[in-house]
Amino acid sequence: MNTLNIHVNGRPMMVKKGITVLEACHQAGIKIPTLCHLNLEEYGIVNKVASCRICVVEIENRATLVPSCAEKVYEGMHIKSDSLRAINARRNNLELLLSNHPFECLTCTKNLTCELQSLAEELNIRDISFTGKKMDYPIDHSSEAIVKDPNKCVMCRRCETMCNDVQTVGVLSGLRRGFDAVVAPAFNLDMLETSCTYCGQCVAVCPTGALTERNDVPRVWKRLSNKNYHMVVQVAPAVRVALGEMFGMAPGSISTGKIVTALRRLGFDAVFDTNFGADLTIMEEARELVHRIEEGGTLPMLTSCCPAWVKFIEHQFPDMLDVPSTCKSPQTMVGAIAKTYYAEKVNLPSKQIKVVSIMPCVAKKAESARPELSKENLHHVDYTLSTREFGHMIKEAGIEFEALPDGDFDNILGESTGAAAIFGTTGGVIEAATRTAYELLTGDPLEHIDFEELRGLEGVREATVTIGDLDLKIGIAHGLGNARKLLEDIKAGKADYHAIEIMACPGGCIGGGGQPYHHGDMSIIKARQKAIYDIDKNTPRRKSHENEMVLKLYQDYLGDPYGEKAHDLLHTCYTKGERI
Amino acid sequence: MDTVVKDTLQYRIALRNCGLINPENIDDYIAVKGYEALAVTLEQYTPKKVINIVKESHLRGRGGGGFPTGIKWELTAREQSDEKYIICNADEGDPGAFMDRSILEGDPHSVIEAMIIAGYAIGASKGYVYIRAEYPLAIDRLETAIKQAKSYGFLGNNIFDSNFSFDLELKLGAGAFVCGEETALINSLQGLRGEPTKKPPFPSVSGFRQKPTNVNNVETFANIPAIILKGSDWFNAIGTDHSKGTKVFALAGKINNVGLVEVPMGTTLRDIIYEIGGGIVDDKQFKAVQTGGPSGGVITEENLDTPIDYESIRNIGSMMGSGGMIVLDEDDDMVEISKFFLDFTQDESCGKCTPCRIGTKRLYEILERLTNMEGSPEDLDLLEELAQNVKDSSLCGLGQSAPNPILSTIDRFREEYEAYAYRTKRTTYAIDDNKCIGCTKCSRVCPVDCITGEVKQVHVINEANCIACGACYNACPVDAIIKP
Repeated sequence: MNTLNIHVNGRPMMVKKGITVLEACHQAGIKIPTLCHLNLEEYGIVNKVASCRICVVEIENRATLVPSCAEKVYEGMHIKSDSLRAINARRNNLELLLSNHPFECLTCTKNLTCELQSLAEELNIRDISFTGKKMDYPIDHSSEAIVKDPNKCVMCRRCETMCNDVQTVGVLSGLRRGFDAVVAPAFNLDMLETSCTYCGQCVAVCPTGALTERNDVPRVWKRLSNKNYHMVVQVAPAVRVALGEMFGMAPGSISTGKIVTALRRLGFDAVFDTNFGADLTIMEEARELVHRIEEGGTLPMLTSCCPAWVKFIEHQFPDMLDVPSTCKSPQTMVGAIAKTYYAEKVNLPSKQIKVVSIMPCVAKKAESARPELSKENLHHVDYTLSTREFGHMIKEAGIEFEALPDGDFDNILGESTGAAAIFGTTGGVIEAATRTAYELLTGDPLEHIDFEELRGLEGVREATVTIGDLDLKIGIAHGLGNARKLLEDIKAGKADYHAIEIMACPGGCIGGGGQPYHHGDMSIIKARQKAIYDIDKNTPRRKSHENEMVLKLYQDYLGDPYGEKAHDLLHTCYTKGERI
Repeated sequence: MDTVVKDTLQYRIALRNCGLINPENIDDYIAVKGYEALAVTLEQYTPKKVINIVKESHLRGRGGGGFPTGIKWELTAREQSDEKYIICNADEGDPGAFMDRSILEGDPHSVIEAMIIAGYAIGASKGYVYIRAEYPLAIDRLETAIKQAKSYGFLGNNIFDSNFSFDLELKLGAGAFVCGEETALINSLQGLRGEPTKKPPFPSVSGFRQKPTNVNNVETFANIPAIILKGSDWFNAIGTDHSKGTKVFALAGKINNVGLVEVPMGTTLRDIIYEIGGGIVDDKQFKAVQTGGPSGGVITEENLDTPIDYESIRNIGSMMGSGGMIVLDEDDDMVEISKFFLDFTQDESCGKCTPCRIGTKRLYEILERLTNMEGSPEDLDLLEELAQNVKDSSLCGLGQSAPNPILSTIDRFREEYEAYAYRTKRTTYAIDDNKCIGCTKCSRVCPVDCITGEVKQVHVINEANCIACGACYNACPVDAIIKP
């Protein structure tokens, strides 16, 4: 028997065994409000604490109300979702949450994207019956990336699920008890003092403004109006498939051209593409891989473009810092080239150039601030904005985004290949590297450019690609918990990969901590991924080493790929961290 | 072992050895048939038989829930698993209750013996005693007892040359009240935050390390060796229809004989309070008895003759709980009493679910407003409605029972709440014109000089200045001072 007979509000229905009361009610066309509930089924991520008690319903013959999100249906169950008891309990529990919430909605980062706010509207809360003490914790501004305001924490524990179960970073967990209970690092340490990777997955799932990215928009506005600076901007691959969502466009809409035009209208002097940096990264990384394979260097080689992943390995596996590629990330490569080569071309001193990055990421903010990613004490990248922050700038400027004509990136840091485009999704970086490594190792042109075996959304994937007489064994992990599994295998000598791609966020950058909120809707992530591969398919050149402008850069300025000057500008080093 | 304490109504099973043997000497315990139940179990009984004896004894959980112990054992026994666990819940936390502590301090071997028997019955080879770190003497004695049991071969491999092996470990809790809830206890035992999780799954299916786990309270375990040795019929003969055996209560409050008592189920509260407890201090008027600690309620004069068992005590608006019994007299303010308990629960809430984390805080704040004479009749409505909501929608037993002290006292003493809500309650002392003889004693002791009056004339208290210290009340020779 795979079906069960139940009653919902007096009406009989048949449902599949194993579903929750919430799902059963949904099938019956009844919407039950939720708050702590989060179900990203395909990643295997379910927040099942059932702590908010917003979704409670009445079940016949049960003494207390039950949380519909966590209660499974059983044969003969009588669910009453609309009883006075249930309605009052939901309302009461929401009023309780609101009675302990700062009323700063007007200036809160999450204004209009806050799930608590939407819930208050949905449940028609106009007065709050309860008054009393509110939490009064200091706001943690310590990090370059994430702002934590415990006073807005509703103890939904979604961030804790992401930080512990999914990412296995273990920074955020329940702290203190009773009314003072919040989610925070151990001993309520500042985020900066912990081994937080700033992956931003906590930010991506926080229903309120308790965890948000640092707001860098005001500083960018100010520098844009400052005539002393030549403002350069770059856009990451995953931004162009997600930004449209903020303007009512369907998930997966590709808005590259509109983004370029919008950036020009915002007043940037040069609009570059991080995808150029991605192609440049492949030039270096594929060479480094070939070098490691041919010279007997450390294998496997792990990708290094994800700053949260870099921070993860520094803190969690400090004795394995020889495995990641030494390549800088695409955004810092673009920054480094903008402040050297490009500066020379436009005849400006480096210090007069300010580089702004538009990233799907929260960790990129912290990456930009890393001291080693600089030259002559000038950071390669000055300001990093999330996709969301960028969207807000466009709205603030009154630009009608959907109606914008397409624009083209400025050269030479504007050209890119399909290989660069797929950097935005899990599997993309290693596919791009494989395309180039294949031709480097064999000298033959690659026939089948699409490595389907490297694609998908499974947490850990592996594939063997035959390149000449070498069977190149490739591993892919997205989500840091999956990365940990791979690293532990490597450490135990159980893995024989040549190359591994790791992205910290589930899905890769398309699911980044800085992207428009997906509110638990997996179809959005999938649509973004599809769009990424569409861009690749429709780009004339699809191998990084065919990027003519990248080749020109080597010819004019850098010399040989993986050579001396390239090392100076495009490679970096890692620092051991602690687990806190 | 069958000790009826003379001249009282007490009957000692759980406390049978407390005070009679040296708890630090295993030979003393053996001398009173200690470990004989274990020997009988391992030599004569199958695990199924042991479970049947416990089932037929109708022993029910003494931690407060009253779930049939034998059925709990059976549920854990029937699970197939390579590993199972026995846990003794010694995280006693009700204010003023110390039944478990006394058993562990006075007779630790009885609990150890019972845990080994339980391990045999359900198929577990490892047990943990989760005990609060605030019980250093109990911890010491348990450690000593475990060491001795190991050296005698009662713990370890092939106990009594059987195929059964069992080991026992102590785990110290940090004293969070919520860790008495079994899922929170298991989380804490695993090194996680001590907070409850949703049931099902029950520990009998997925408990410690996701393995089938049986959690029993100290007092429940202490009954086991006696039941095994004397049989379920003997145990069934004690108590009421649905509650067999005895219950240990911690008598406290305005009662002459404070301390632990163990009485057969079905004993009336009047017997406990007046016969065993010796009545109310200073012969004051009995007002109520609060049972079940912060999860329970009050029982008033009209129900003093109810024979107490799990069901009857619930029917009269309270609960058995772990056995706390606080006697209140005419001077006690019931709103203050519920405020005291709410202060406790809002502090001890783990903070996981909304109604308990914020709801108990708001309940406490409403009570505070009322007792500060800053409340309103609407506050009283709010208090009742919110109390019902916290009870109805909290995640675990702590939150679901936290409003009980409020609901129970409102039910019995609504007028006291209303006096605060309508602000008709007098907060200062007054003088009865008809009784005052003008002796001036009150005005001489008043620390704030708010009593005026000529000698042999009626005195008056200036209510604006009165601090309600009660000095005048104690000084008055003719009982003319009216208390607030």
